[in-house]
Amino acid sequence: MKKLRTKDAAITVVIWLCALLTVSGLLWLVIYIVANGLSHINLEFLLSEYKGDKHGILPMILSTCYIVLLSLAISAPIGIGAAIYLVEFTKPGRLLQIIRFATETLAGIPSIIYGLFGFIFFVNVLKFNFSLLSGALTLSIMVLPVIIRTTEETLKAVPLSYREGSLALGATKIQTIWKIILPSAIPGILTAVILSVGRIVGETAAVYLTAGMVTRFATSVMDSGRTLAVHLYMLAKEGLSFEQAFATATVLIVTVALINLLMTKTVGKIKKTMNSR
Amino acid sequence: MLNKHCKSRIKKLRLNRFWEYIAERTLLLCASAAIVSVLIISVYIFYSGLPIFGKAGFREIVFGTEWKPLEGQFGILPMIIASIITTLGAVALAAFIGLMTAVFLAEIAPAGLAKIVRPAVELLAGIPSVVYGFFSLIVLVPLIDKYLGGGGNSLLAAVIILIMMVLPTIINIAESSLRAVPSEYKEGSLALGASQIQTIFKVQIPAAKSGIIAGIVLGMGRAIGETMAVILVIGNTPQIPTSLLDRARTLTSNIALEMSYAEGLHQEALFATGVVLFIFIMLLNIAVTFLFRKAGEGS
Repeated sequence: MKKLRTKDAAITVVIWLCALLTVSGLLWLVIYIVANGLSHINLEFLLSEYKGDKHGILPMILSTCYIVLLSLAISAPIGIGAAIYLVEFTKPGRLLQIIRFATETLAGIPSIIYGLFGFIFFVNVLKFNFSLLSGALTLSIMVLPVIIRTTEETLKAVPLSYREGSLALGATKIQTIWKIILPSAIPGILTAVILSVGRIVGETAAVYLTAGMVTRFATSVMDSGRTLAVHLYMLAKEGLSFEQAFATATVLIVTVALINLLMTKTVGKIKKTMNSR
Repeated sequence: MLNKHCKSRIKKLRLNRFWEYIAERTLLLCASAAIVSVLIISVYIFYSGLPIFGKAGFREIVFGTEWKPLEGQFGILPMIIASIITTLGAVALAAFIGLMTAVFLAEIAPAGLAKIVRPAVELLAGIPSVVYGFFSLIVLVPLIDKYLGGGGNSLLAAVIILIMMVLPTIINIAESSLRAVPSEYKEGSLALGASQIQTIFKVQIPAAKSGIIAGIVLGMGRAIGETMAVILVIGNTPQIPTSLLDRARTLTSNIALEMSYAEGLHQEALFATGVVLFIFIMLLNIAVTFLFRKAGEGS
């Protein structure tokens, strides 16, 4: 009995240590980078161009924003539409299985393969060259599974009684979806969108091979542009300036942390509204 | 009068039905976007990557040990080996740490502490891979060089950073699999006099086995597909590594490093690298789907 107890205690210690290791790894990374980066962040760094002796990251911030908006403009409607079809129209069967398998496969394909595909298809075959458009098209396929799956989960959580009530009042299926189901699923859809923003902001390999790495201000979607993540990669790879790299990494970490915070907030809101029903 | 009213009503219903039809078809089109994407990606990757196997020879590429693209030698065996070593090394350790952390979150942690650890794991998942790479380049590489020698840019640095990167995947899936185990199992075991630790390791983990393994395989997919973090720390020399402190090059970094300037056969060889990587990934994906299905049946 005593032997058992010491064994249990030892295992419990190992479990605590592993959890501690996970958290301390994260803390080490975040604190180290933010502590070194924060002092180099100022308005000039954030708001000036990257040219000559100016090392600002404004062009990269803008390129990142363009790519985020463009990718979402493409993938959000398609992804949400797909989720609606999967939840509201399909019966369990072959088609559903195939679509699900395709979504899982897309989710499992690594970003470098997306980059390679984007390079072959959008850059070379469709002749979009290295451009924000090529990057955004590639990324919109990459985030499609995120949007589909998250939206699907939210739509499933909308109570059946809502649908029944609406249909019983004589509304058509499309009216029910448009006026009853979608409005009550908005927080979940927002979560899907925020999640995708995080993926796009952090992506390097796929953007690097499709949108290029030009540091000018992009003036059209056919221009090449460098996102923040690619900028950090270039700075680190070429060993140009670790100060700028720390600062850029800090900007990225803060962005991701804000996105996560925003997400916890919306998820909390969903839970609240679901409970109040 | 009545007749007229009825007619317009019927007309409106017909119109409604027409729009319903259009809407449904549009949604179907959206839903098939995923299928179309998978098909088009597979077709183009294989279409671009397969021809070189005919020109340079399958064996010369997959089992060739020399990567000298300018001299027409396209052996990617060193990259295949490096990819497998980094993946297995990272996942073996991350599986243990991740499973224990998942147990901690699901069973052991006081509610207040779990509320701190869970967002930490989420943040770990959200941090861009290039940030991991940069951190590793600045911190781990000098540490390895100082204490173990060999310059620091090495398989070991890649393995360590990959552990951190696949941890959140494994933790999240293992935790939800553990939570999905019916509470009767746990109650039954405790009622029989087993301790909490015995219950976790002899009842709950075995019951959640398929889900946990699926999480580990998913982690493998992430590790083998990771590019930017690995490029920054692994040294990128295309040689078969003989120790963990050797420089090496993975399949992913081979593509990302040379794609921007490669031409002709060299470019095709990089596409072929993509094909090999793609096949690895597909095998892992199929394994995951199979395991999740099994996990679904179990509970």
